[in-house]
Amino acid sequence: MALIKAQNITKDYQTEDVVVHALKDVDFEIEPASFVSFVGPSGSGKTTILNLLGCLDKPSAGHLAIAETDVVGLGRKESAAFRGKHLGFIFQDFNLIPVLEVYENIEYPLIMVQNVVPQERKERITRMLAAVDMTDQAHKYPHQISGGQKQRVAVARALVTNPALVLADEPTANLDSQTAYAVIGLMKKMRDDFGTTFIFSTHDTKIVGEAEVIFRLEDGRLTGKEIKGGAKP
Amino acid sequence: MMNLFKIAIRNLIRYKRRTLLTASLITIGVVFVLVFVSITVSFKAMMIGQITDSMLGHFQIHRKGYVASIDNLPLNLNMKPKAYSKIAAFLSATPAVEAFSPRLKFGGMFSNFTETTNIRLNGVYPEKEFQTVPLLTSRISEGKKSLERGEIMIPTLLAKGLKVKLGDMVVIVATNADGSVNGKQFTVSGILESATGPGGRDGYIHIEDAAEVLRMPEAEVSEVAVRLKDFSRLPAAVRQLEGNVSGEVNKEGKPIFEVHSWEQLSPFFNIARMIDVMTFFIKIMLIAIVLISIMNVMIMAVYERIREIGTIAAIGTLPGRIRSMFIIEGFCLGVVGAVIGDILGSVFILIVNLLGVRFDFAQQKGMLLTATLQPADLLTVSGIVIVVAVAASLQPAIKASKMEPIEALRHV
Ligand SMILES: Nc1ncnc2c1ncn2[C@@H]1O[C@H](COP(=O)(O)OP(=O)(O)OP(=O)(O)O)[C@@H](O)[C@H]1O
Ligand SMILES: [Mg+2]
Repeated sequence: MALIKAQNITKDYQTEDVVVHALKDVDFEIEPASFVSFVGPSGSGKTTILNLLGCLDKPSAGHLAIAETDVVGLGRKESAAFRGKHLGFIFQDFNLIPVLEVYENIEYPLIMVQNVVPQERKERITRMLAAVDMTDQAHKYPHQISGGQKQRVAVARALVTNPALVLADEPTANLDSQTAYAVIGLMKKMRDDFGTTFIFSTHDTKIVGEAEVIFRLEDGRLTGKEIKGGAKP
Repeated sequence: MMNLFKIAIRNLIRYKRRTLLTASLITIGVVFVLVFVSITVSFKAMMIGQITDSMLGHFQIHRKGYVASIDNLPLNLNMKPKAYSKIAAFLSATPAVEAFSPRLKFGGMFSNFTETTNIRLNGVYPEKEFQTVPLLTSRISEGKKSLERGEIMIPTLLAKGLKVKLGDMVVIVATNADGSVNGKQFTVSGILESATGPGGRDGYIHIEDAAEVLRMPEAEVSEVAVRLKDFSRLPAAVRQLEGNVSGEVNKEGKPIFEVHSWEQLSPFFNIARMIDVMTFFIKIMLIAIVLISIMNVMIMAVYERIREIGTIAAIGTLPGRIRSMFIIEGFCLGVVGAVIGDILGSVFILIVNLLGVRFDFAQQKGMLLTATLQPADLLTVSGIVIVVAVAASLQPAIKASKMEPIEALRHV
């Protein structure tokens, strides 16, 4: 059973005078526990498709089901609840909450989005801190740690709620290439350990190589799908 | 919930200077209101005390129609002794009443054998009068603090004008109800400082002497001044007595008596009202200060944190939570301002009392102002501030909760 089923997805943006066709008739499926990347030049529609998969936006036409839920029909509040329950997000500029410590940032979705009891909360955060190797920095504030460390915290925050799917739009764009590889490596390791599906976008051709399933986007159309050895089709 | 407070407080600390400025603005407002309220309330209470305790009493009972023509002191509108005894019975049976004093009021001529002038006189039972208006004795600037038959207490202006001294003999001449004239000699036993308000320049004699001058076989009563044990119960007591006396009707079925509280008898009541109105407007000003300053800060807070709002909304924080986050921030700001304001205001009032501010009111010189701060005032003022703070955060908070995550995340 596919985790994501996207059928004939179209997304148009109405600007002042013209209609921008950001996605044109896009069709694909993504299996659970995949490590997927959308690649393509600037303006090809990567962010647009990740926003749709992240239930942050609605397609203009087409069907989109995630974890057997038709997410096109969800209302504003239902979308928020769905995101909180099934999805995790990693952002290009980390987007940690500046007034919360590393530990509290990872704790945030467990208190404010889900309602996890304190004992279990503590266990999960401790496990996540260890998994992203940030146990020593648990009580620092975001402005006291490096970019790579911030993105590791963001990975932990995205995964602490045990989501089925984590979306990362250009997660490495603000990192140097060595740190970028480390973060992608960490994400892959998390996929291995927790079976979470990761979908990230990038236009860095070297980073793309790390993905197991690659979708190529050009001018709003899906122009290719590559499956690397070892990955399920 | 704890987390919402934690985030709110950390955000307030994050923008230290702005938080401090807003909180101090609110603090200044609170201090100002508290000091103003406590001083005016005490001032008002003292003024009212002066007026009720030096001549008016807390309320008065007259025969119907007397107050309307009180300036002429009409003798034909007095209560007959039988009617008065009914009133006296009512008052004695009312536990809230501390004391009451029947007065026979009349206008007459005052003569020192060489010069003559007008005088307004109260015939009273001295004991009862002193109990009902306890400050009367403090107005006696010369002479003894009692009044016997054959003695008269006169206002100081009259004594000065006619050069009358203590112990001098004077004559009071008055027209009786039947139109004939009668006179009687009195010894000046006391000189009275004037008091503000009606009756503040009246003289006092014994009620039996008054009856004798007016050729009444038995003393009639023009008014009954009443003092309550608890001044704050005045409206209830007046209502109750009005109920009691309204049963007393004449042959035509019209009520015989009328009851007036001090407010209806003294023009100072309008000043007291003005003080209340001023207090009201000062409170409105406080509300405006809190409303504008908190709204301003919260609008800025929302604007600065659009990307943060986008982030927490994207990861699934429900709109209601986001709204609460900002409302709680405004609430905390209000609480901080109110609490610091309460503390500073109380200290300030304590200092005013320790310094002992004195002031003059009419003829009363050097009255000591003791500002009292009621816990109820502290609570109301703090309550107003906090409620307004929350109200002011509402609009920015709702705006934050309605933001679309992708737009908020794109914001630079
Ligand atoms: N809110 C919007 N309003 C109008 N047009 C938009 C909007 N968002 C995206 N577009 C347009 O849709 C197309 C796809 O944009 P998208 O952001 O998905 O590209 P991208 O592949 O993420 O590019 P990049 O690599 O630069 O991030 C572009 O032509 C863009 O101009
Ligand atoms: Mg993009």
